[in-house]
Amino acid sequence: MMKLLTSLFVGLTLLSAPVSAQTGPLRLELDEGIIEPLPFAVPSFVPDSPAASQFAADISRVIAEDLTGTGLFREISPDAFISRVSSFEAPVQFADWKAINADALVTGAVNVSGNTLSVRFRVWDVFSGQELGNGLQFAGTTEGWRRMAHKVADQVYSRITGEGGYFDSRVAFVSETGPKDQRRKRLAIMDYDGANVQYLTDSAAIVLAPRFSPTGDRLLYTSYESGRPRIYVLDVGRVKRQELQTQEGTMSFSPRFSPDGRSIVYSLTQGGNTDLWKMDLASGQSVRLTNTPAIETAPSYSPDGSRIVFESDRSGSPQLYIMPANGGEATRISFGQGRYGTPVWSPRGDLVAFTKQNKGRFHIGVMRLDGSEERLLTASFLDEGPTWSPNGRVIMFARETQGASGRSTLYSVDISGRNLRPVRTPDGGSDPSWGPLLN
Amino acid sequence: MNVLSKFAALGALALVAACTNNDPSALGGGAGGNGAIVPGSPSDPRSPAYFQQAIGDRVLFAVDQSTLSPEAQTILQGQAQWLLANTDYVATIEGHADEQGTREYNLALGARRANAAREYLISRGVAGNRLQTISYGKERPIEICSTEECYSKNRRAVTVLTGSTTG
Repeated sequence: MMKLLTSLFVGLTLLSAPVSAQTGPLRLELDEGIIEPLPFAVPSFVPDSPAASQFAADISRVIAEDLTGTGLFREISPDAFISRVSSFEAPVQFADWKAINADALVTGAVNVSGNTLSVRFRVWDVFSGQELGNGLQFAGTTEGWRRMAHKVADQVYSRITGEGGYFDSRVAFVSETGPKDQRRKRLAIMDYDGANVQYLTDSAAIVLAPRFSPTGDRLLYTSYESGRPRIYVLDVGRVKRQELQTQEGTMSFSPRFSPDGRSIVYSLTQGGNTDLWKMDLASGQSVRLTNTPAIETAPSYSPDGSRIVFESDRSGSPQLYIMPANGGEATRISFGQGRYGTPVWSPRGDLVAFTKQNKGRFHIGVMRLDGSEERLLTASFLDEGPTWSPNGRVIMFARETQGASGRSTLYSVDISGRNLRPVRTPDGGSDPSWGPLLN
Repeated sequence: MNVLSKFAALGALALVAACTNNDPSALGGGAGGNGAIVPGSPSDPRSPAYFQQAIGDRVLFAVDQSTLSPEAQTILQGQAQWLLANTDYVATIEGHADEQGTREYNLALGARRANAAREYLISRGVAGNRLQTISYGKERPIEICSTEECYSKNRRAVTVLTGSTTG
């Protein structure tokens, strides 16, 4: 049987702050173009017992990896440390951290009691000798230790950048094995960094393009398990799935949740023609949103639910359009050279990420809602299917390599175009869908 | 180029068949009498193997297109005649795309191609209720190189026969 997703009870406890709760001057302004990563140190968290020592070491390592992985921070190697932190409560020797040029310092302690793990931490602005924000404590199960590390890293990221984090989040994707002509696909879910992969389907049927619900409790996806492409909704916690009944047609696919999670928009193909439809999940009733002889697919809601951006070839080649959420007149927004597809509205609502195909190359890019300020972030033989991190700072996508031995790998890239890096998954991956920050 | 001429040759074969056998029912007529014909083999005009190899079970498309070339129409005409003569069979037309394109768009494009082939068969007299369609988009390539030689074979609509009662 499929293992249920780790249930983790996280308690938030404010630690009494040793200094007044003022925010220190240490701040990374993300919109100003970060050239030099900010140096930080995470001395191994202090274990309160031998049982906690491995967790303490692992949690410190994951925090450092989260921060380094953003490309915005640079870890100072523990080999360079002058101070040893052997007590969470002892005063910090700021001179020792200044001497090795650490701008930020994260200290913490780990307590294990039976199956319960708690992590306390503080973030320090080394230069001013002040604490950034307040000390916090997270508690959960020992099994969920990685999540607690991600939560600490999210706090560090947030306190230094002033923006929400994205480390304590999950990504649904399609796990791929085998050559291109015998590819086996399984629906899977993982931590944002590729850890804790869980498979939600076997490889008996082709599965495509999962999408998280706004709260992360359900997944929409397309499967051939009935013999032809149909839309399914899956309860992530119980790994229980259900086919969504769409109208008569050869196939339904490309489903996405509305921001309130109550309805979905999807593509339905009838007589060879693909249009967009919307289904109310409670009643199962669908209404048509587009009615053209062109292909309309890959829809994505605006965060406020009022509009939908989608892909259509009504002009002769695939381009991006925005229409009201209940259908109606659509406005074309992509006007550059080439073909545009898979638009995804950013969590902040101001940008659309897309796949662009031009002169035999594929790109992931972003543009404003009127198509202006188009920026291509990647270029390769085949990049496709962008998905936004919960804070809108990072885009994950799939890159397929060329030729008979080609395989598909998940990558992430900062929306500045920097910090392109593969996501470490056990097998190949495609069609990522980044879920919300967990609670 | 190789591919094109091969298909042109197949098309010519089908044309010959169409010219010499104007009565569709005559297509399978010789199967029992001629000792050289092995039932079920490509030499047996009533066999799916004949449909697949002598007539051609697939038509190819240009990049991004779902219009039927003259060659494709010739093959489909042969398919239609065979289906009219062999009424025990139904068919599913599988539409496919090459890997140059996004997943969901290609799914819709494959559906367009399958439907173009289906409409053509219907226009030649095959009953619509014998013809289903499905799209695999870019999920099921038969050739895996990343050049036009492979892509051209992957952009296809394949007529897959099922439901025979005569073998």
